[in-house]
Amino acid sequence: MNIGLLGQYVINGMMLGMMYALVAVGFSLFFGVLDVIQFSHGDVVTGGAFAGLAVYLGLRGVLHSSSLLLVLVLMGAVVAMALLGIAIARGLVLPLRSAPALNTLLLTLMAGTVLRESIRLFFPNGSQPQRFPPLLSERAIALGSLTLRVDNLLLLAAGATLIGGMHLFITRTRLGLAIRAVAQDEETARTSGIPFRKVVLLTFAIGSVLAAFAGVMNGLYYNEINFGMGLLLGVIGFSAAVLGGLGNIYGGILGGFLFAGLQTVGAVALPLASAYKDVFAFGVVILLMAWRPTGLIGERASERV
Amino acid sequence: MLLIARGARWCSLSALLIASLALPALAKDTVKIAFIGPLTGGNSALGIGGRNSADLAVRLRNADPKLRYRYELVMLDDECKPDTGVQVATKAAADRSIVAGVTHYCSVVAVATVDTYHKLGLPTVVWGAVLPDVTYGHKYPEIHRVNGTMINQNETAANFMFQQGYRTWAVIHDTTDYGKGHNKYFSENINKLGGKITSTFGVTADQQDFTAELTQIKSQKPQALYFGGLTPIGVRIRQQMDKLGLDAQFQGTSGILSDDFIRGLGTLAEGTLAFREGAPLEKLPGGKFFAEKYAEQKYGSAAEAYGPFAYAAANLLIDTIEKTGPDRGKVIAELATVKDKDSIVGKITFDDHGQNTVAIITKYVVQDGKWVPWEDSEYASGKRKLKGK
Repeated sequence: MNIGLLGQYVINGMMLGMMYALVAVGFSLFFGVLDVIQFSHGDVVTGGAFAGLAVYLGLRGVLHSSSLLLVLVLMGAVVAMALLGIAIARGLVLPLRSAPALNTLLLTLMAGTVLRESIRLFFPNGSQPQRFPPLLSERAIALGSLTLRVDNLLLLAAGATLIGGMHLFITRTRLGLAIRAVAQDEETARTSGIPFRKVVLLTFAIGSVLAAFAGVMNGLYYNEINFGMGLLLGVIGFSAAVLGGLGNIYGGILGGFLFAGLQTVGAVALPLASAYKDVFAFGVVILLMAWRPTGLIGERASERV
Repeated sequence: MLLIARGARWCSLSALLIASLALPALAKDTVKIAFIGPLTGGNSALGIGGRNSADLAVRLRNADPKLRYRYELVMLDDECKPDTGVQVATKAAADRSIVAGVTHYCSVVAVATVDTYHKLGLPTVVWGAVLPDVTYGHKYPEIHRVNGTMINQNETAANFMFQQGYRTWAVIHDTTDYGKGHNKYFSENINKLGGKITSTFGVTADQQDFTAELTQIKSQKPQALYFGGLTPIGVRIRQQMDKLGLDAQFQGTSGILSDDFIRGLGTLAEGTLAFREGAPLEKLPGGKFFAEKYAEQKYGSAAEAYGPFAYAAANLLIDTIEKTGPDRGKVIAELATVKDKDSIVGKITFDDHGQNTVAIITKYVVQDGKWVPWEDSEYASGKRKLKGK
């Protein structure tokens, strides 16, 4: 295997890893703050992609600048999913605070199905794959057997910036401090005057914004989206979050990239049919979980989120 | 005198009597043929089109005074469900007045009923089901099929691509029976012709990311990529080929022959090849004749894609019964010898499994956002070129 080919696999894996990480971080945020698993998160990714596509379809006749369209597509997806995240938190998660965690899990699982099927039924021709417009530069640099696409690099950079920005937000701002306080101890946070409800809603908005971004990124990367894309993304994102250590956002990032790496190795380096790549990746996750039951970066009670 | 006159009257009376008794012997015997297909439910449009077409064959032939028998079509509904299918198959096969059957559009039903026909000895000609096992899954002499299967489809695909000068392929197929079957028959034919499959990837039907597989394929530089599967992942694979700069000719199966494939890809769909059993009506040898006669009968619903095959199957059975008489055993023996027989869907030749081996397959290419039969395309005329040509 030459260097160019290896480089191509690394780029492919990084793109996948970035999308998984963005989804996994959302799972970790929700769990960190509220100890709940928001299982419709994968479908929020789909929702983000379709909201972006809807904005594009609505505006493409009016606007011709693809960079302006891209900004509006992203804004549409982000705003729509932030609102959806808040709605899920208010309508499904907060009212069930005193119920067993399993109920929240089931309720959000069902909400995900409702969301997925609604896209399929109400989006025009929604059961078929939809073309997502290439809004980024389609230039490609060929370096031997490595095809470096400008849009891939931009997406990777944007993803990294987003995750970095969120890290700064959580560690350096007062709101971030509030989120961390609620994550550590809800009662103490409340008594110190932190508005618990608002912090929870903010957290769900942030997690859903990351998902919306992952959805649009998915669309821009593959130029194709479909109503079922969030299903596997949700499962993989959740596994990545658990693998890294549920409740710890760095664990989510690590888990996301690790899972993408495992899938790539499973498809390329193993003498098995590539249909087994998910079997391989999930199999390794099971082994790793048996070795480190609390995840690779074990959650320390004092340092959540 | 009176006596004689009376005798004459008796004579004429008895002659009349004899004549009236003899009349049914002079008129034609009625022979029953069963038609079975989905007449209700989701596939009913195709089923009713098939029924009308078989009925058309019977009506046209009955109008011919030279025929030995009068034919009657017994129409039964299999609902495209295996259990209902077995019930109606049993009903038809157990009725000894029914000599033969034009049977089934749905593969699941066609494959479920072969045992019934074999046990009860009813000769049948399948008019629509495409699963290879319907004819190749057993050695029953009763079962025949006029339409092609994925075996014929891939034989045509392999031969065609070879003629176009392609020699190396990478294969991606989904791991359903559909995808696995296509991979098997295409690869077999390519190997037979002396072509080379550089690598084969089985993928799950809901997979999103194919970059790992496609990167590996790219490093092997095949001239073409064969995809055995359905539209959604076909769209994804073609899209991601472009992203990775994999510049091979993309070739699919009947599973991607849909408008959604083109809608999902936009201009990227241009030049994609795919193959399907049967042909558009105007491309069939007897298509024009069939369309005219069908329109004359004012059935109120279209013949649909497989109508001409139902017509050809019914016609074949009538020809056979004319030759052998209404005897199931003789009909089976006669059907085994069918070779190069003309029909509106082209020649019919049954192999030892009763499968028509020269079934018509149409090649399609995407040109300007439409699936165009290859012969009509600018690719065939040389105005446009396939990848790598």
